[in-house]
Amino acid sequence: MINDVKKIVILAEQKKGKIHKVTYELLGKAAELIASFPEGQFEKDVIVLGSDQLNLDEILHHGADKIYHIAANSFDMPDEWLYKENICELLKQIQPEMLLVGATTFGRSLAPRIAAALETGLTADCTELMIDTDGKLIQIRPAFSDNILAHIKTETLPQMATIRYKEFAPAEWTDEVNGEIIKVDAYVKGNELIEILEELEESEFDISDAHIVISAGKGIKSKEDMKMIYELAECLKADVGASRAIVDEGYIDKSHQVGYSGNRVKPSLYIACGVSGAPQHLAGMKESDVIVAINSDASAPIFEVSDYGIVGDVYKVVPMLIERLRSKEI
Amino acid sequence: MNIAILIKQVPDMERVKFDCERGLVDRSTAGVEINPFDLNALEAGVNIAESKGCESVVLTMGPPRGADSLREGIARGASRGILLSDRAFGGADTKATSKTLAAALKKMGVPEIILVGEKTVDGDTGQVGAEIAEFLGIPHISYIEEILNISENDITVVSNIFDGKFVKKAKFPVLLTVTKDLNVPRLPSFKSKSIARKAEIPTWSLEELSDFIEKEEVGIKGSPTKVRKIVVPKAESRVCKKEKDNIENFLDEMIGDLIEKNVLEG
Ligand SMILES: Cc1cc2nc3c(=O)[nH]c(=O)nc-3n(C[C@H](O)[C@H](O)[C@H](O)COP(=O)(O)OP(=O)(O)OC[C@H]3O[C@@H](n4cnc5c(N)ncnc54)[C@H](O)[C@@H]3O)c2cc1C
Ligand SMILES: Nc1ncnc2c1ncn2[C@@H]1O[C@H](COP(=O)(O)O)[C@@H](O)[C@H]1O
Repeated sequence: MINDVKKIVILAEQKKGKIHKVTYELLGKAAELIASFPEGQFEKDVIVLGSDQLNLDEILHHGADKIYHIAANSFDMPDEWLYKENICELLKQIQPEMLLVGATTFGRSLAPRIAAALETGLTADCTELMIDTDGKLIQIRPAFSDNILAHIKTETLPQMATIRYKEFAPAEWTDEVNGEIIKVDAYVKGNELIEILEELEESEFDISDAHIVISAGKGIKSKEDMKMIYELAECLKADVGASRAIVDEGYIDKSHQVGYSGNRVKPSLYIACGVSGAPQHLAGMKESDVIVAINSDASAPIFEVSDYGIVGDVYKVVPMLIERLRSKEI
Repeated sequence: MNIAILIKQVPDMERVKFDCERGLVDRSTAGVEINPFDLNALEAGVNIAESKGCESVVLTMGPPRGADSLREGIARGASRGILLSDRAFGGADTKATSKTLAAALKKMGVPEIILVGEKTVDGDTGQVGAEIAEFLGIPHISYIEEILNISENDITVVSNIFDGKFVKKAKFPVLLTVTKDLNVPRLPSFKSKSIARKAEIPTWSLEELSDFIEKEEVGIKGSPTKVRKIVVPKAESRVCKKEKDNIENFLDEMIGDLIEKNVLEG
């Protein structure tokens, strides 16, 4: 097989026919990476696994050169082993230079299996990618609670990375389509070792796409008192976030937790009420467009990442804020 | 039935100081502890071992002081511990780490259930579990929130993945990656602490693993990912308009700003 064209392959995740949006971000980034190289040196392909009926036009309109569609109904369930077997079989033919996987829960569980099977390296949770002068991928990821950025290069092929959702702008939708869809029969359709019995429920609440987040920390003293946070959220049509401290107290469900071991958010407005601003909390919210902190301790670290800081008692300031927003009928 | 729990000794991240100048973690400023996520794996393993009347072994790869973490694992209920330590293991990335741990698990005779944490607070990749499973040729289930049933030949769990919760049943042997929601780790008891103090901790070096792994596969040599440089990002310090006295006015101005910048529009 001729291998002049270097291939960047993106693994697309779909659930019930819906393509995960990180796929379009990876296509956008791939296009950007390729742009500085002569035309035809790189191509950007997508692998997607799912039922025969999958509609993949959206991916074509976001600039994929080739879409490999491995078809079987069993891919509707998140079976890492089954996905790995099929993907590795296909990769033997494609021989890509780079394999990029969205750092979703499933992506983070699947990618290391593929990397191990291919005896290659894998960099987790990258936030930036570059191509070096030698054509190799530089994978950049935060480490130690976002204190440093490590630049990592993989010496084996394919160079593999999982990449965080919402780091890159999605590829633009174009009318014109130059790519093609290549349908591939599943090599392996069943798994003797794992049985997926049922899906209990779709994930309840997802804060990661929130437009505005009102976040509560240990400055809130009881579950009762969360009421004023919900009220403030209602005024602004916002979602409610939380520090780990109050999730641990049981004031609110874990799905609301913002931070290193919770969710990353990037809203246009983040209001932190009684949150101290521990590095593990900041890791989940410091990229918000505008940050407001309400905290009685003027030296709380949260103020260092905030645009507006109100040094005061949340029990006084939050009601004041609610009153003002209501009177302005926002 | 045999159970292995993989634990890693990590710096106490809530106390560790970070040297921004040199881009290094000043490990001397903080003590070490068992990776907090691994305590949930340990609790699950000890629980299963107690209910099935079998052994649970804690395993760690790292410098010799890792033995302390294994003793703590025993104090928290594990039956025994094995330390993988050798200069040759140093500088390992997730691939070399997983291969070395997989080699040790093969030497033990692959346990029916292998438990690992969701991720480490220092390495922070969450990759080691799935890679080990692949190197052992066994299935794995990630992000386990609940164990529903354990029978003779299989285990049924709830996995929080793929934007949902899935009930999965796996035949043994299987590797399980657990979340913090699975359980609340117990504290060491007085009695178990004294047992742990006296426990023998065997150390396996590369030589002990030589039937299962080549020397080219461990440590830096066995690591295809190389850190080329470390960059300390400019502290994204924002200019914070701060107010503590005239809060009412401040809020009015702030709301005005936010409206003007269209921040409040849905
Ligand atoms: C491995 C690991 C993972 C972690 N993951 C996360 C994570 O994902 N998310 C997370 O949030 N944390 C996480 N943490 C925990 C984190 O280190 C902090 O402990 C936590 O964020 C603190 O929460 P807090 O700010 O609500 O509480 P505190 O630190 O107790 O802060 C409370 C703040 O409220 C202020 N306050 C008190 N009373 C009032 C009042 N009446 N009015 C105004 N202000 C008041 C105080 O001045 C203080 O600043 C993690 C820790 C570790 C080790
Ligand atoms: N050096 C190690 N020794 C033992 N177990 C480890 C080691 N490194 C990682 N693990 C296990 O693998 C899990 C994931 O680690 P990581 O991929 O580094 O985030 C951890 O929670 C541990 O259970």
